[in-house]
Amino acid sequence: MTIVRPKPLLHLTQSQKRILTGYLFFMPFILGVLIWDVLPSGTALWLTFHEWNLISPAKFIGFKNILNLFKDPLLIKSLKVTATYTLFSVPLQLVISLALAMLLNIKIKGLSIFRTIYYLPSIVPAVANALLWAWILNSEFGLLNVGFHAVGLPKIAWLQDPEWTLPALILMSLWGLGNSMIIFLAGLQGVPDVLYEAAMIDGAGRWAQLWNVTLPMLSPVIFFNLITGFINTFQSFTAGYLITQGGPQNATLFLALYQYRVGFQNLKMGYAAALAWVMALITLICTMALFRYFGSKVYYEDGG
Amino acid sequence: MSTAKQFISKDHLLAGKHPWNTERLWKFLIIIILCVVAFLMLVPFLWLISSSLKLEQRVFLFPPQWIPDPVRWMNYVDALTNKPFHLYLRNTLVIVILNEIAIIFSSSLCAYSIARIQFPGRDFLFSVVIAVMMVPYFVLMVPTFVMLSRIGWMNTYLPLTVPFFFGGGAFNIFLFRQFFRTIPNDLSDAARIDGCDEFGIYWRIMMPLAKPAIVAVGIFTFLNSWNDFIAPLLYINNPNMFTVALGLANFRGDPSSYIHWNLLMAASAAMTIPVVLIFFVGQRYFIQGVIMSGIKG
Repeated sequence: MTIVRPKPLLHLTQSQKRILTGYLFFMPFILGVLIWDVLPSGTALWLTFHEWNLISPAKFIGFKNILNLFKDPLLIKSLKVTATYTLFSVPLQLVISLALAMLLNIKIKGLSIFRTIYYLPSIVPAVANALLWAWILNSEFGLLNVGFHAVGLPKIAWLQDPEWTLPALILMSLWGLGNSMIIFLAGLQGVPDVLYEAAMIDGAGRWAQLWNVTLPMLSPVIFFNLITGFINTFQSFTAGYLITQGGPQNATLFLALYQYRVGFQNLKMGYAAALAWVMALITLICTMALFRYFGSKVYYEDGG
Repeated sequence: MSTAKQFISKDHLLAGKHPWNTERLWKFLIIIILCVVAFLMLVPFLWLISSSLKLEQRVFLFPPQWIPDPVRWMNYVDALTNKPFHLYLRNTLVIVILNEIAIIFSSSLCAYSIARIQFPGRDFLFSVVIAVMMVPYFVLMVPTFVMLSRIGWMNTYLPLTVPFFFGGGAFNIFLFRQFFRTIPNDLSDAARIDGCDEFGIYWRIMMPLAKPAIVAVGIFTFLNSWNDFIAPLLYINNPNMFTVALGLANFRGDPSSYIHWNLLMAASAAMTIPVVLIFFVGQRYFIQGVIMSGIKG
C-alpha cells in the first residue's frame, strides 16, 4: 500500500526557503525604516511647504518657509551657538578621554575602580544631570563658585552672564566623557606590545611611540568616537531646555532647542520642518567631510 | 622581556639612572593625576547627596556645609510625594518592560538573519542598518510628531513603545549581529543537518548562547527608556501619565518661581539611584557592550 502525500502548494528548494526566511526575519526592520524614517521624511518635505499650527488646517505657502530661513537672525545665532558648542566640546572630550585612557592603561591594581568612577557620570539621566548642574552652576551657592572661591577666584554668574553660559555647558558636557574613555581604553589594550618593543629597539622615545604606534593603531576608534561625538553633541537639547531655556539672550539657543521652540512653543510646524532640513543638511555635510578628511587617514589592520 | 626593555630604553641609556626608579616615578605621578581626576568626577555626586539631605535654610550657606547638620532624610519623602512619583514610577516601568520585550526579540531576530543566514543583499541591508544609526533623532522629531498626532497617538504610550517593535533600534541590531558572528558556524551547520529550521536555530541555539549580548542590550534599553525625556515631553500632556523623567523635569516648574534646591536634589538623586544600581549589577556586560560597539564599529 502506497502512502499518498498531499501535494504542497509551493515547492520551494532548501535554499529558496532559507532566503525567504532571511528576508522574513529582517522584515520588521525594513518596515520600521519605511514607517519611522522614510515616511516622516516625506511628511517633513510636505510640511516645509505649508504653514500649520496644529489646530487650524494646514495652509500651502510655497517656498516662504525656506526663504525665511535666510532672513532669520535667530537661526544664525542658533547655528553659531551650536557650532561653538560642538567645536569646543567634541575635541576637548576626545583629547581628555584619550589622555585619561592612556593614563589608565598602565598596569595598576585599581584600574576597574578608576574606570567605574570615570564612567559613572555618563549614565546619569539627562534630566537629573541638567538639574544637578543647574545647582552646581548657581552663582551664589553653587559648587563651582565654591571651588573658585576656595582658590581665590571671583565668583562668576555662570547662568546669568551671556559670556559664560555656553562655556559652563561645555564644562558640563566634559563630565560625561566616560563613555568615549572606556572605548579608547579598550582600543589601547588592543594595541600589540610587540609594536612598542620594535619601536623602542629602533630608538623611539615616548612621544615618538605615541605618534607612530599608538595613534595610528587607535585611529579607527578615534574616528568612531569623533563621528558619534559630533552627531550627539550637535543635537544637544535637554541641558539647554532645562537649565537655560536657550538664554540668557539666546546665548545657549541650540539648534535642536530652537527647532523645538519654533514648532512646539510658537506652533509653526512648517518652519520647524524647514529647520529640521537645515539640521539634516549640516549633519550630512559635516559627516561626509569628516569621512573624507579623516577617513583616509584611518589605519585598518586588515588593510580595509 | 622586561629586562630587555629596561636595558635598551632611552632613560637607561641617556640619564644613566637606574630605569627602575624613573618608571616608578612616572607611575606615581600618573596615579596622582588619576586620583585628582577621580575626585573631580566624584565631587558633583557628593554635592548631589549632600544637598539632598540638607535643611532648606542650610542649603543657602556660604561657604557650604559638606556634611549636612542635621541630616534630613525626610527630604526624599517630601520630594517624592510632592508629585505622585509612585504613579510616574509605575508608568515608567510599564514602558520599560514593553520596550525590553520588543527590543530584545526584534533586534536579535533581525540580527540573526543578517549574521547567520546567507541570502542575497544581506550585506547591503547591514549597511542600511549602519546608515540609519547615524540619522539624528531631531531631524525626524517634528514630522514624526505631526504624523502621530494626526492619527490620534497623542497622550498615549504608543509613540514611546511601538517603534521598538520594528527592529528594536539599529544600534541593538548592530550589537547582536557582531555578537552572533563570534559564534562558530559549525554549531548552526550541525543543527541544520539535524533538520532544524532557522527559527529553531535562532531560538534554541543562538539565543541561549547570546546571554551577554542580551544582558548588554537589556541594560542599554533600560537606561534609554528610564532616561528618555524628549519623547514623553512631546507626546504626554496628561500629568497622570508622566514618566519619572518628565515628573522630575516638571518638579522644577516655572523657572522664575522659588526652587527648593534640597528637594530637587533629593528627587534627582532618587531618579539616578536605580540607574547606578543596575549599572553596578550588570557592569561587566554593560562595558563589554559599549566596547563591542565602539571597537568593531
